[in-house]
Amino acid sequence: MSGVRLLVGTRKGAFVLTSDAKRDRWDLSGPHFAGWEIYHAKASPADPERIYASQSSGWSGQVVQRSSDGGKTWEVVGNKFAYQGTPGTHQWYDGTPHPWEFKRVWHLEPSLTDPDTVYAGVEDAAIFRSTDGAQTWQELPGLRNHASGPHWQPGAGGMCLHTIILDPSDPKRMFIAISAAGAFRTDDGGETWKPINRGLHSGFMPDPAAEVGHCVHHVAMHPSRPGVLFMQKHWDVMRSDNAGDLWTEVSGNLPTDFGFVIDVHAHQPDTIYVVPITSDALHYPPDGKLRVYRSRSGGNEWEPLTRGLPQSDCYVNVLRDSMSVDSLDPCGVYFGTTGGQVYASADAGDNWTPIVRDLPAVLSVEAQTLE
Amino acid sequence: MIRVVLPAHLRSLAGIQGEVTLDVPGPVTQRSVLDALEARYPALSGTLRDQVTAERRAFIRFFACREDLSHESPDAPLPAAVASGDEPFLVIGAIAGG
Repeated sequence: MSGVRLLVGTRKGAFVLTSDAKRDRWDLSGPHFAGWEIYHAKASPADPERIYASQSSGWSGQVVQRSSDGGKTWEVVGNKFAYQGTPGTHQWYDGTPHPWEFKRVWHLEPSLTDPDTVYAGVEDAAIFRSTDGAQTWQELPGLRNHASGPHWQPGAGGMCLHTIILDPSDPKRMFIAISAAGAFRTDDGGETWKPINRGLHSGFMPDPAAEVGHCVHHVAMHPSRPGVLFMQKHWDVMRSDNAGDLWTEVSGNLPTDFGFVIDVHAHQPDTIYVVPITSDALHYPPDGKLRVYRSRSGGNEWEPLTRGLPQSDCYVNVLRDSMSVDSLDPCGVYFGTTGGQVYASADAGDNWTPIVRDLPAVLSVEAQTLE
Repeated sequence: MIRVVLPAHLRSLAGIQGEVTLDVPGPVTQRSVLDALEARYPALSGTLRDQVTAERRAFIRFFACREDLSHESPDAPLPAAVASGDEPFLVIGAIAGG
């Protein structure tokens, strides 16, 4: 029987919610790894029972967990993330050189084809790969060693590599994004990387159109159309039709184009979702109304989706890895908030229900469609 | 036998109930005790000392016999009462809220 498994990372542990295909009743297990920050958990597309989770704390650093039974049991795997060579420096907030220091794993992206291969996006920004089920990790140093690396600088949340997208049509192509360096692409399996930030405009930079320095919050792609990317930048919602070579703004009629999440409908590659947040200073929805905005035209024309979402006195945030879609029909859409709610829509966003209300602040949501 | 007391979140991570007792060959130092601890419980690797530099993590402290040993050399002998097992080696998480 088909169904959905939601992997929810929070400030104080991980939770797993499961439902059948109707998606109207959810069972919750957890907290797993109680008391620890779970920045991200994601299952392997090649083996749905294989899940990787990033567990960290300010006291005890980084731990990586692996499950081989769909999240029922877990084992601690490798947590040695050593930058290759002499790490060098990036820019600190005040522009001074600052040594590269590993802090945590923000995002785990399992391979599309091999359950034992998984990528990790880390702070300070770098990408690592494991080919032995996360027992050992090797950096792909071509990214951090890009000539622009010494000029990268942290965003407010740290200098994190938070987005990793694998191209299903080309195993050598990957996209990543770093706050606040921007987006990068490799076409040779991670050996070399190029910034793909042309068309981005960031008013806080001395050169608003510089090659790097943009605070990209999240990037999304539909697997059937891997050359088309959608980006929620610090400000501005952007679209690229040439794998990031050039971006154009598609914020259109959004009430504010600041936000963190962006995702694509599972079956309609031009249907995209964002959650507008007031501003970089005011990390909550405009007017106290939690609204998902949907565009059916790949941007520019947006409609608010409000049914079932709080439309007064709501001051939560929705963080960058906290939205996900399932691949059932109709498409399910999910997002988690810093207030501990996880909202679900089983009809592509028309109607929403809080499927759990009182978790710790949600850091990430991944929907997994089970056959 | 060396006795080690860990904070609750690390006991939970490594599946430890109560105190840990360790056989530590050779000189009893912070390094030898922590090496033995990590060898017994690999899940603790990197949680007390940085995986790359092997330095004590900033929010972890080591105490024994009512003394703060956090800033002692990792190769300095631990107090005789720890080496004899009369007193435990205490791993403490900083009181840092959260």
